[in-house]
Amino acid sequence: MSAGQIAVQVLLQFVPVWIGLAVVFALSIAFKGRLGLYGRLMDSPIGKIGLGFVLFWLFTAVFADLIITTSPLDQISAMKNTLPGTLVPGTADQYYLLGGDNLARDVFSRMVMGSRTVLSIAPAATLFAYMAGCTLGLPAGYFGGRFDTVLSFIANLVLAFPVILLFYLLVTPEIQETGLPVVAAAVLFLFPIVFLAILIWSRFNTQPAKMCLYLALTLVLGFWAYSGLAFNADPLGLFSMDPNLLNIFVSVVFVNSPAVFRIVRGLTIDIRTRDYIAAAQTRGENPWYVMLWEILPNARGPLIVDFCLRIGYTTILLGTLGFFGLGVSPESPDWGMTINEGRKLLSIYPHPALPPALALMSLVLGLNLLADGLREQSLKD
Amino acid sequence: MVMALTALCLTFAVFLLTNLHPNLEKMAKTLVNTRMTDPEVGAWLDRYGYTRPMLERYGEWLGIMPGWTGTDSNGKPIGRCLKEDISPDQAPRFCGVLQGNFGYSTVFHSAVGPIVSKRLGLTGWLMLWVMVVMVPTALLIGVLAGMREGSWLDRALSMFSIATTATPEYVSGVVFISVFASSSVGLQWFKASAGSAMDDMTFENFALPVMTMALYGMGYIARMTRASMAEVMTAQYIRTAHLKGLGFLPVVVRHALRNALITPFTVIMLQFPWLLTGVVIVESLFNYKGFGWTLVRAADNNDIELLLSCSIVSVVVVLLTQLASDIGYVYLNPRVRVT
Repeated sequence: MSAGQIAVQVLLQFVPVWIGLAVVFALSIAFKGRLGLYGRLMDSPIGKIGLGFVLFWLFTAVFADLIITTSPLDQISAMKNTLPGTLVPGTADQYYLLGGDNLARDVFSRMVMGSRTVLSIAPAATLFAYMAGCTLGLPAGYFGGRFDTVLSFIANLVLAFPVILLFYLLVTPEIQETGLPVVAAAVLFLFPIVFLAILIWSRFNTQPAKMCLYLALTLVLGFWAYSGLAFNADPLGLFSMDPNLLNIFVSVVFVNSPAVFRIVRGLTIDIRTRDYIAAAQTRGENPWYVMLWEILPNARGPLIVDFCLRIGYTTILLGTLGFFGLGVSPESPDWGMTINEGRKLLSIYPHPALPPALALMSLVLGLNLLADGLREQSLKD
Repeated sequence: MVMALTALCLTFAVFLLTNLHPNLEKMAKTLVNTRMTDPEVGAWLDRYGYTRPMLERYGEWLGIMPGWTGTDSNGKPIGRCLKEDISPDQAPRFCGVLQGNFGYSTVFHSAVGPIVSKRLGLTGWLMLWVMVVMVPTALLIGVLAGMREGSWLDRALSMFSIATTATPEYVSGVVFISVFASSSVGLQWFKASAGSAMDDMTFENFALPVMTMALYGMGYIARMTRASMAEVMTAQYIRTAHLKGLGFLPVVVRHALRNALITPFTVIMLQFPWLLTGVVIVESLFNYKGFGWTLVRAADNNDIELLLSCSIVSVVVVLLTQLASDIGYVYLNPRVRVT
């Protein structure tokens, strides 16, 4: 195949993604007046480009099964290190669109499947880090005192630790033997449940019927997922996490939450002095109500922007982990791992390492542009 | 005071994590024999003093507890403070970090101190050139983008800086190697390995690692500079300078620049610790055997004392840059006074 044919074929493979993008953009532009901050994003060119990149990879992850040309794990020995656009021997129309890697697997399909790994870990890990950061950062900023001093010291401690050294110490098979990741997961995964429970309790404690219903729902669902994710002991087997994945997930959350803690704490200290907080305090509101229903919603602007940036940063971190061979599993098509495998033969065969590298870059670029667009639009308030 | 406490806590954390039993087992197996049975591993760890209480051994490493002694399988006395050329009864009782002894590296089979200082020197050269390339370029981009906010130049340069912050070292490094150094396709301007740069630094073998590292950090500094420049350009005294009849260039150079550079200075200083991850990636990618490369080797082989020294170095770097940025801020900004 010539370069032009390859390009056309690759674009054709992404047809489900193009349809998805067209639908989302058409709907968003049509209803932009009613969509709040998201709708106003449609007025900013930078925001639109960023959203386009992010949605592209999101849809790629969703429709990955339709896009790939061969299984990402299939090894066809004749295809080892072949150049882009090589016909698979014995077939009429099956090509390795972006060539084969050192283990004779299809680079294109691996890159597409890799988006699943990245997009399932990075946003979830960021969300967990946010839950932990908010649950600790709000009271630290609001009450201050010794609680704040101790937590800030610990947060600075983790932040002063070189990230890469921390990962090298935390993400190893030996650490999994000691059961440390499970303990850490047991602590870190508790934060979302605590956060949601306090959120509901502080809002509805004057309406006991509603509160009991919502609380019961949250606690049952929460602890169900908790038992599966942290201890791999889900009675129904719906939630589970591979120990390797758990290890990475916990480490990424652990590294991110002190940074979130600092941001939330700083915002809380700033917002605490506003008049509407004083008004809420005068009404005799519960401190947790003030924190979660007065301060947090008013801090949303910077937090949403940071959330986008942080997903990008987490993606880079996951790539770094993969680059040092600490990734999910050696077989997995995750981008960092693929770059790491590709770099060994980089000066002879650059094609296996380039697609995942560019994919990772475009996703992070999209998230950064999206954050920029959101910042620009939220400042217009 | 806080600095010392932080350093203590961090090294103790590293000490704990590297001394977990499975890690020690792995180390014993790589050092002696991969097919050792569990009792053999236990005996080996016992003999070389790895099974004593954690706090006691951490104290020895610090130099506040006397070093351990024992005998090896041939009955020869061994111990933390014993060396080949000194007889056992003349050896010092304490030999830890406080006495200037950083321990023994099990990977490189030599004392940790000289290894770390030699590798740090090599990384120092890399950092020096990265700074020389990164800081002026980033400041220039930031000032050019921020002096006329919203212009096409601003849009283009801002886009460029966002793109660089989205390109981690392992991505740009891979792209640069395939474009500039691949032997099958592309231009063959530079070398893909910086291994030869350790003895003889040339443009050909050092340009790619420096470029790769400088690019990732550049965008962030440029964006900070742009924001601070744009803010300064809306200030009253800039308008006054314009109204006095000064040209655009003198206003930017003489009035805006100094005030606009306060924020980027802090950012640049705080960039140092962040560069450490970059150093590790770039040095492994380009096979430049500096500090980052050593850290990877130490971590891969669970080389406890080398890892501890590496973490001391990085913690000291982090804390010193924080201090330097605080002090520099006071010098640059006359409105802040130390009380």
